[in-house]
Amino acid sequence: MARAATTADAFNAVAEPRRRQILDALVAGERPVGELAAVLRLAQPQVSKHLRVLREVGAVDVRDDGRRRLYRVNGQALKPIHDWVAAYAATWDERFAELDVVLEDLKRKEQDDGGDE
Amino acid sequence: MAATSSGSGKVTLPSDEQILITREFGAPRHLVFRAYTEPELVRRWWAGKRGEMTLAEIDLRVGGRWRYVMIATGGQEVAFHGEFIEIVPGEKLVNTEVFEGAPAGTAPALSTVTLAEVDGRTTMSMLMELESREVRDMILESGMEGGLQEGLDLLEQVAAELR
Repeated sequence: MARAATTADAFNAVAEPRRRQILDALVAGERPVGELAAVLRLAQPQVSKHLRVLREVGAVDVRDDGRRRLYRVNGQALKPIHDWVAAYAATWDERFAELDVVLEDLKRKEQDDGGDE
Repeated sequence: MAATSSGSGKVTLPSDEQILITREFGAPRHLVFRAYTEPELVRRWWAGKRGEMTLAEIDLRVGGRWRYVMIATGGQEVAFHGEFIEIVPGEKLVNTEVFEGAPAGTAPALSTVTLAEVDGRTTMSMLMELESREVRDMILESGMEGGLQEGLDLLEQVAAELR
């Protein structure tokens, strides 16, 4: 899957560890920037900068709630990453399904041999 | 976490250069270790359903080498090799891994498999450490080429897990 190396890309947006932390913090529910800054122990302008990048790729949405602005994760924008990792996981799941069969076989043989080795 | 169900592997990306796979098996860890390190057992699972293994050579000692070759269903040959760095029987296996189709100059990956047993069940974690994010992404994309996405209900909350 070729993809453009631009910041306007969910892959790049989440390549930055701080931005992943922000997403982690938002998965539990929407939060204002000040709360994010406190949780992550970062200065608020830094958090705002990361939020801007995340908003640009659609990974984070914002809404006004009175005087506060609340940020939340937009799962749809992160779906390409989900799909990409999931395909790799599928390869390994297939292997592990075969491995399960091998292990059942080994367990049975051990029992047939009369005990735990 | 939504992705954790028995029988499903979980893939996370702890950093830009790492891939971590965890999986629980309904067998004690000495058997999982055997299945990972005895060639005749590896041959039975490593290719998954993507092809047939034609070679599994394992010289299980520190500094010893291994090499796996499989013929994928599409006919192409896929080969990996590497060297054992650390071996703790039943517990831990550290080895390098080179995909023989990778661009020349790509550094070997470092794979660390650890096995933890509770009540006769084993949780395996396999950490792959790559040279760079680019190499990591290339490896993840190779999973894509397998076209094996069907019926998969994994990693619904990938954002939560990219830690």
